[in-house]
Amino acid sequence: MQDPLIIGGVTLSSRLFIGTGKYSRNTLIPEVIARSGSQVITVALRRVDPQSNDNIISHIPEHMTLLPNTSGARTAEEAVRIARLARAAGLGNWVKIEVINDQKYLLPDNMETIRATEILAAEGFVVLPYMSPDLSAALRLKAAGAAAVMPLGAPIGSNRGLKTRELVRILIAEVDLPVIVDAGIGRPSEAAEAMEMGAAAVLLNTAIATARDPLGMAEAFREAVSAGRRAYLAGLGPVEEGASASSPLTGFLG
Amino acid sequence: MSFYDTLARLTQLPFDGLLKQYTSADVRRAVQAEQLDEEALLALLSPAAEPYLEEMAQKAQRLTRSHFGHVMQLFTPMYLADFCVNHCTYCSFSSIYDFPRKKLTIEEVRKEAEIIAATGLRHLLILTGESRKESPAAYVKECAEVLREYFASVSIEVNPLSTAEYKELVQAGVDGLTLYQEVYHQDTYSKLHVKGPKRVYRNRLDAPERGCQAGFRSVNIGALLGMYDWRQEAFMTAVHARYLQDKYPDCEIGLSIPRFRPYLGQFNPESDVTDRALVQIILAYRLFLPRAGISLSTREAPALRDQLVHLGITKMSAGVSTEVGGHTMEGGTPQFEISDNRSVQEITDMLYQKGLQPVFKDWDILV
Repeated sequence: MQDPLIIGGVTLSSRLFIGTGKYSRNTLIPEVIARSGSQVITVALRRVDPQSNDNIISHIPEHMTLLPNTSGARTAEEAVRIARLARAAGLGNWVKIEVINDQKYLLPDNMETIRATEILAAEGFVVLPYMSPDLSAALRLKAAGAAAVMPLGAPIGSNRGLKTRELVRILIAEVDLPVIVDAGIGRPSEAAEAMEMGAAAVLLNTAIATARDPLGMAEAFREAVSAGRRAYLAGLGPVEEGASASSPLTGFLG
Repeated sequence: MSFYDTLARLTQLPFDGLLKQYTSADVRRAVQAEQLDEEALLALLSPAAEPYLEEMAQKAQRLTRSHFGHVMQLFTPMYLADFCVNHCTYCSFSSIYDFPRKKLTIEEVRKEAEIIAATGLRHLLILTGESRKESPAAYVKECAEVLREYFASVSIEVNPLSTAEYKELVQAGVDGLTLYQEVYHQDTYSKLHVKGPKRVYRNRLDAPERGCQAGFRSVNIGALLGMYDWRQEAFMTAVHARYLQDKYPDCEIGLSIPRFRPYLGQFNPESDVTDRALVQIILAYRLFLPRAGISLSTREAPALRDQLVHLGITKMSAGVSTEVGGHTMEGGTPQFEISDNRSVQEITDMLYQKGLQPVFKDWDILV
């Protein structure tokens, strides 16, 4: 099935984006990549240490599209500085904007995210902003030059699933950009549901990294995302509230 | 309004009676609650919670892995100076002890930095004794500027400073502040701090808040466990942390759990904090503050540290010396005796063995 996702000029056949943050050892990362089939991987610049013998980047195969993120940024300015550092460090020109100044729930600050997106998109970055699902903010991010929007399904690390379902549904319907559900997805069935709704992709980390068998879970997500996408393309049948009456009340009208 | 006002309210609580009145049902409710209030925290710290440590541990581990993953941030302290004008009854740096005091020159700071950085560590905590004359903010700033060349993150643990001084350090690239209240119980605080500016309880209590206002990325607080009833001290510490977290949401608030350790003098702590008690404190902190960092120092013995890594701890020190210039020179006086002398490599190996990834760098100074 030819169904590519094109972002920033890059054609992707996998719609599962993964993270690098919570593994018990970096050597798991190449195996997770292989089993998940993912082609895009996000990495926190804060964790990248070129001087280290165990630099996280060295565990990521060449063919992957790197999505450095600005984790740790509390303001647009910090996010911009981190993005520039990432590009200068040779990590490419994709960036996931994360601006968070709420350390209790780690919810993103949409206003600062919009500001950072404006600056970085103008500098030629392919900007993928992580956001709270809000229609006006998503439209402003598009106007600011975002290549996609990444609304959260639930708070980061919570594995709570698609709690923001109705709001994400509105973004998918109204925003003319790929909508990538990021954060909160804990189960393959939830990833499948996001894809069935028409999400362009899902990004997750905790669900795989904290599973008892991360490799098995990576594969489960690969299949779920693929199944959800196929269902979306096939067009889900209408949902009926009750059974269709065999003797309709208006049958006499002929 | 500062935490002092909250503390004034809390100290009115009839702790002895309260702690005894909690039941198993209160503890179970607290363990299951999603958002814990002060009442739930106190239940978790009460004697009634002791049979529920395993349930608390299961939840603490789930929360920690979910929020922080299978990783452990490593850091190490560097002692810059041991001059001190205070007489605190529990510390070797106290002004009453006669030993040759030392303060590192910038060249010596550089040498220490090279040795520490060669171990791979990228997060550093710099410490001084409390002397505005020998180790003023300007000296700390000068050292920090050099240390930034070697480390991705530099934090300080020095005497309480003014907001303006903290701001200057933030601008110089210092990104974290650690400051222990030592003892929250005010009468005990007065007894233990016999002489010197450290006697001013409120100046110390309000300093972490000044740090938040000055823009440090992280502020770490703690009580020196053993100085007063540990249940009350842990309660005050956790409520203090939540106060800061609520008021300064952009600052990462962390907790430390230092237990009293042998030092030069003969002081004996009033409250014995057993290993079980320490575990109960860590678990209560994690359940009450699911996203707060919790640091574990080398005050604890290797065997215990190896077990605690699964119970909520997110940061550990490694390759530690508590002497000024202890990485490059001999003959210094340690601030206190450490229990875990393992090297950075040995701690790294232990963590991997426990299924945890040591993280040497988790932030870059952006100034």
